[in-house]
Amino acid sequence: MKHKVSTTVNGRRHEHEVEPRLLLVHHLRDNLGLTGTHIGCDTSQCGACTILVDGKAVKSCTMFAVQAEGKSLQTIEGMAKDGELHPIQQAFWDEHGLQCGYCTPGFIMAASYLLSQNPNPTEDEIRKGLEGNLCRCTGYVNIIKAVQSAAKTMSTAPAKKATVAAGGN
Amino acid sequence: MAVSQLVGAKIHRREDPRLITGHGHYVDDFTRQSTAYAAFVRSPFAHARIKSIDITDASKAPGVVGVYTARDFKGQLAGTHPAAPAFVAEKKYVPERFPIAEKEVTYQGEIVAAVLAETKAQAADAANLIQVEYQELPAVMDLEKALEKGSPKAHEDGPDNVCWDFTYTGPEITDAAFQEADVVVKQRILQNRLAPVPMEPRGVLADYETYDKKLTMWLSSQNPHFIRLFVSGALGLKESQMRVISPDVGGGFGSKISPYPEDYLVPALSRITERPVKWTETRTESIQNATHGRGQFYDCEVAAKKDGTLLGMRVVQYVDVGAYHGTFGAFQPVACLMAGGSYKWKGGISARTIGVLTNKVPTDPYRGAGRPEATHLVERMVDLVALELKMDPVDVRRKNFIQPEDFPYTQNFGLVVDSGDYDKALDKALQLAGYQDLRKKQADLRKQGRYFGIGFSTWVELCGFGPSAATAPATGGIALVESAQVRVTPTGSVIVYTGTHSHGQGHETTFSQIVADQLGVPLESVELRHGDTAEGTAFGYGTYGSRSLAVGGVAISKATGKVIDKGKKLAAHMLEAAEEDVVFEHGSFHVKGSPDKAKAFGEVAFASYGMSLPEGMEQGLEAVAYFDPPDLVWPFGTHIAVVEIDAETGATKIEKYVAVDDCGNIINPMIVDGQIHGGVVQAIAQALYEEVVYDNETGQLRTGTMIDYMLPSAGEIPTFIIDKTVTPSPTNDLGVKGIGEAGTIAASAAVINAICDALSPLGIKHVDMPASPDKLWHMMREAGK
Repeated sequence: MKHKVSTTVNGRRHEHEVEPRLLLVHHLRDNLGLTGTHIGCDTSQCGACTILVDGKAVKSCTMFAVQAEGKSLQTIEGMAKDGELHPIQQAFWDEHGLQCGYCTPGFIMAASYLLSQNPNPTEDEIRKGLEGNLCRCTGYVNIIKAVQSAAKTMSTAPAKKATVAAGGN
Repeated sequence: MAVSQLVGAKIHRREDPRLITGHGHYVDDFTRQSTAYAAFVRSPFAHARIKSIDITDASKAPGVVGVYTARDFKGQLAGTHPAAPAFVAEKKYVPERFPIAEKEVTYQGEIVAAVLAETKAQAADAANLIQVEYQELPAVMDLEKALEKGSPKAHEDGPDNVCWDFTYTGPEITDAAFQEADVVVKQRILQNRLAPVPMEPRGVLADYETYDKKLTMWLSSQNPHFIRLFVSGALGLKESQMRVISPDVGGGFGSKISPYPEDYLVPALSRITERPVKWTETRTESIQNATHGRGQFYDCEVAAKKDGTLLGMRVVQYVDVGAYHGTFGAFQPVACLMAGGSYKWKGGISARTIGVLTNKVPTDPYRGAGRPEATHLVERMVDLVALELKMDPVDVRRKNFIQPEDFPYTQNFGLVVDSGDYDKALDKALQLAGYQDLRKKQADLRKQGRYFGIGFSTWVELCGFGPSAATAPATGGIALVESAQVRVTPTGSVIVYTGTHSHGQGHETTFSQIVADQLGVPLESVELRHGDTAEGTAFGYGTYGSRSLAVGGVAISKATGKVIDKGKKLAAHMLEAAEEDVVFEHGSFHVKGSPDKAKAFGEVAFASYGMSLPEGMEQGLEAVAYFDPPDLVWPFGTHIAVVEIDAETGATKIEKYVAVDDCGNIINPMIVDGQIHGGVVQAIAQALYEEVVYDNETGQLRTGTMIDYMLPSAGEIPTFIIDKTVTPSPTNDLGVKGIGEAGTIAASAAVINAICDALSPLGIKHVDMPASPDKLWHMMREAGK
């Protein structure tokens, strides 16, 4: 038996009929084609599927699609606007906060929630704030730097246009 | 290389814009019209006989396309799983391996049946309806017991459990050293079995086109050309009928080098059903089935003189092979050949490796593969010598280092160490760590009963596989070189094809830096293509063993050089000058002494597709090059870990971590630092947290999820102080070595040596990995009694 689920994802309304057991992450990837949200485990440990649900960071494998009924979701695809990167994305690029990139969307979304709750986190608060996300490549060093850098950009110059071209530094 | 703008600069990665916006393409992001989804039924037992498989209910389940067992694949797949000789020339017993078990299962997770259905969920549902009747057999879990006479066997029809028993150098060659010795230290050193856990699990999408007889396969692989070679062979296809696409790869760490059962079964299912078939591994499947790393122990003995001179070493390596020989599993005995580390051993090294079959998932290379184990054992043994002689471990190291004037240095197993300056890296690290102050602090804290330790790893690595002469046997006859193709379009943009394949290392950036500099064109004019066997290079050798830059990057540079050579001939014709009078600088060909008489690279590129060519010249501007390195490259460095252990809980806190590494010339320092960070953390994780645990009686995997298998998070990891020395490799034109595995090779020894140093007042000499709080707490309690 299928259930209707309507959501707003990255500002766009979607309606689908889904099986009640369908996980939200599979709904996003398979029904909506939003493959930027990744699946790295089956026990809700890795955080690769982190998205924002009504502004809160949620591992989208911990929710059924039907539980998202009426909710507003933001995924990694909704972060850059009009061809301009979100400051957190820019900071991950600037600070080499990713290598294979598989965990990165989850980290960016988790960082986005962290900074919405605590715009000027200490290093320790960043480490604790990102404990629900796992990365196997970076050793977290540059992820933490990226979040620090994004916090700085977002608090000092919200309208500042980031300019980075390959070859720049 | 000429003075440049890009090489050596921190260039933002060109692959990042797609990855940070969610527009990367990993294998699970691909789909095809009318795809059927596969689910596999796997053995719940470590060792059992399959008595019967009942597929009745599953076959009738909703959405099921078909249910398949071993006999359905018999006509589809030929041969056995490839097992490269690697560093063990002779094997005793290599069990045959078919991708799906028929009569006997030999590890928990081995595939016994496959289901295809219209959706993933339907496939999973139907898989649960398959009834397999097993007769359990004793599981072979412990290496020593497995070698005892009369031990149960990992394979019922095998002669015993010895996969290999190979002696490189007999114990007699070190007799003199051990007779001459003032001290002999002995230690058994464990290497915990590890799960590589790349964040992206594996996955396969295969589309066999029945009427064209062509197979396209998408999978997450470090090694697409070898996968094409193996899988086409098993399916009875020509390599030319098969295309392997390995798109963005979400990490590998060695676990995506070798072919897997699913890599054969999924394409076979596509051929059987005439539909595209897709399978995506779950994390639980991954930890249970993707190859593991390490899983060894070593019995070591070192003979030394009173003054700290190292004389000789004897080492016997025991490798937990698992249920089958991993394709590159016999790479791990390279640990024996590297056991001497950065030191001179005038009295020789005796080395023997024993590969033991068990009822566990096969082991294969994992980041560093053999070299972390070698570093760990030699660095531990050197510390034990220092402890025995009451010497500073720094002094014992300095006394025995291979010296700068010794290079190229032929070490005990005939391998030629290209270059090094081990004291220089050590000096820098000592200074960064503030060594003298640390020892004072240690003395103060010890008076307070606190456990504070300083540990060293003066590591050395061999990488850049490989010189064909040295490595051809390891790949069964295919010489490990690397190929590159550089193609210039009429408008002067450049497409570079390489046979290596990034799984996070940033090749699109690093390799483009090399080419853009060499051609004097903007970075944006250069595109790197890799990971697709239908594009560019005839054969690629993949990315592992820190080889991509030192072999693949050099091949790219050589191909670029050939393009310039042709451009020079054409420019000379255009400038009406003699070829030898034309020079190429900053992206322009000009006549020597007349810089205004010049043709830009783009002009020459355009002209190369035109009609006014010198006589005999063919159109176009492109070149292919292969690089067969004359020798291996040898990165090195010093890592220092400073730890304190909580006496109440046994928890280790890393107070400070210093890494000074030397990988020769650096193309992109940002990427190099990133590789070091990640590598060090993987080794810290081995030292403190990670271990694949099987129940020793039943063979059940007890760490099958991320809940039980402890990957560190941002909360566990310290910040690092990192620096470099630069000793260019004389073996290639770029002067580069490798950095992908350095951190992992170096760090476990530094951490464990620091823990042993911290606990030495309790008389604790050695701690095995992982040094969990529980383990240390018990050791400290026992020692305090």
